Amino acid sequence: MSKITDMTATHNWSGQKLVSADYMLFEAPRTKHFMTGSEVLKEAVKRATVDASVSYPITPQSEAAHLIGELWAEGYVGVYFRGENEFGVMSEVAGCSMAGARTITTTSGPGTLRAMENFAQWSGTRASMQLVLMARGINSPLTIQPDNLEVQYLLETGCMIWYAENVQELFDMSLAAFAVAEQPDVHVPIITAVDGFFVSHTREAVMLPEDDIALFPYNPYKAPLPPIDSEMPPGRFLRDPFVMKSNYISYATHASWQWEIRSAVERSKPYARHYLKGLVHVTGTEDAEIAFITCGTASHQAKEANRELEKLGVKTKVLKLRTIRPFPTDEIIEALKGVKYVFVPEFNVVGWLSNEVKSALYGKLDMDIHAGPRVAGGMSMPAEAIIKEVMEKINPGKGA
Amino acid sequence: MANLGPAYYSPYPTATYEGNITPPEGKALLLEEIVDEETAMREVAKQMLTRENATIFPGPQVLYAWNEEAQKKAKLIKEMAEVLGAKMIPMYDYRPKYPKIDAAVEINPNHPNLTIWHNDIKAAIFIGVHCHYANVALKIVRSETDCYTVGMCALSGHEDAMATIRDQHSEDLEKFIAIAKEVKAELGK
Repeated sequence: MSKITDMTATHNWSGQKLVSADYMLFEAPRTKHFMTGSEVLKEAVKRATVDASVSYPITPQSEAAHLIGELWAEGYVGVYFRGENEFGVMSEVAGCSMAGARTITTTSGPGTLRAMENFAQWSGTRASMQLVLMARGINSPLTIQPDNLEVQYLLETGCMIWYAENVQELFDMSLAAFAVAEQPDVHVPIITAVDGFFVSHTREAVMLPEDDIALFPYNPYKAPLPPIDSEMPPGRFLRDPFVMKSNYISYATHASWQWEIRSAVERSKPYARHYLKGLVHVTGTEDAEIAFITCGTASHQAKEANRELEKLGVKTKVLKLRTIRPFPTDEIIEALKGVKYVFVPEFNVVGWLSNEVKSALYGKLDMDIHAGPRVAGGMSMPAEAIIKEVMEKINPGKGA
Repeated sequence: MANLGPAYYSPYPTATYEGNITPPEGKALLLEEIVDEETAMREVAKQMLTRENATIFPGPQVLYAWNEEAQKKAKLIKEMAEVLGAKMIPMYDYRPKYPKIDAAVEINPNHPNLTIWHNDIKAAIFIGVHCHYANVALKIVRSETDCYTVGMCALSGHEDAMATIRDQHSEDLEKFIAIAKEVKAELGK
């Protein structure tokens, strides 16, 4: 069952009153709940006037996809179906989104890589779908534990990537994601990432607006490419592509096209600053000489380390990155004024965030950037591990 | 618009990579400067009235009568061309033209420079072109030609144009036509 009633100017098909993203995120009264990340994603989708969702049941990683299915049964989501596999899901999400539907799906880990070709294709079509990535790593032997290695593979797909620290941020971010991704001058896909299990399976207190309101529907006629219809078949520009020709014009157009995708991601910055209240959240001591640059649940651990280090008389601050694409280089440089040591704690084996930080700051700031501590494969990162690395760095040879 | 020149390994300059993005609501962008809409309109009119072979490139959103606003705009664009003494060359289709475009009568977003070269166009307004295709074209035009480009956009604007005015609906086009008439009189044309 779906679509209880017709869409009107004031109410959507499930009878929810239509409101702006600003009202939903900043003004609507909220009440306290106790939910997992998967459950709270269902609550966000319930309030988002979502036209379509496609899923591949990737249990036991996350129950989010089947919870969205329940929303369809309850009449809150326009269309819901199961894909043949993750590649099929992401292809079908592309079809829904290019046809003008507000579309969301969720995946994690190996499924992300199986669908990989689609993400770069998504951005090339300037579609505005949302992928909620509940990161769980991609290594073999298979893991279903928290690890965000797959984010490394998504960095250059042309999609925006945001990172939520906790259940509350996941709720707010997944609603803000539609508001930003659907801006006409942005209009590229958005990947909203959280650390699996730590966020997807952990129950936390969360403040939610009432469920009788929902976002205004998506308007595909404000898209930067014409939406597909009976006269504009899917993949027209893919079917008659310049990339299939070998001449200077073909190469040149493709170059311009790719830069335009990256430009669109950059254009999201002012909107993201508004809806996320900044691309970087800074906590701790303003004049600290030690800074942690983090995203996701590593931010939580760094904040814990910050509190413990304060007790030892060591001043630190934590820069929590809300957006990874676009990368908030200017905000980081501003927040690092006066800092001598940077630590980048991460939940993956390759250190993709520290690579990003080093690349962005190269030649701009002169400071010691320490790529760690890092844990992987589902290990936890106790604050003590972070404190130990800091103390060994600033107090060499004397231990923590 | 960012400085002219390559962006990393791309042959095309990309304004966002030099810190220029679409103007905020109520404002316009002239090169790298955020200005009032009227200031931008006056400059656009001046450029179109003083550069050689000024041309308007209308896109599908104003070429086809898909709603009332499109029909209104189409009439106003025709009037705009008359006031500016500009030619009109349509961008009616986004597919690349093979084996060869007729550059005298049409323009294509994938190789817009060919039409600009062929007609020796020194100033041009893109209007009614879907934003993605306008942006792809504007990057190419800026790198390959010396044409002064203007993005008159119904949505958020185009930072790769040398002048961009956003949220341009029929009433805004009427305002632009009035300003263009004033500028024309000031220039003694």
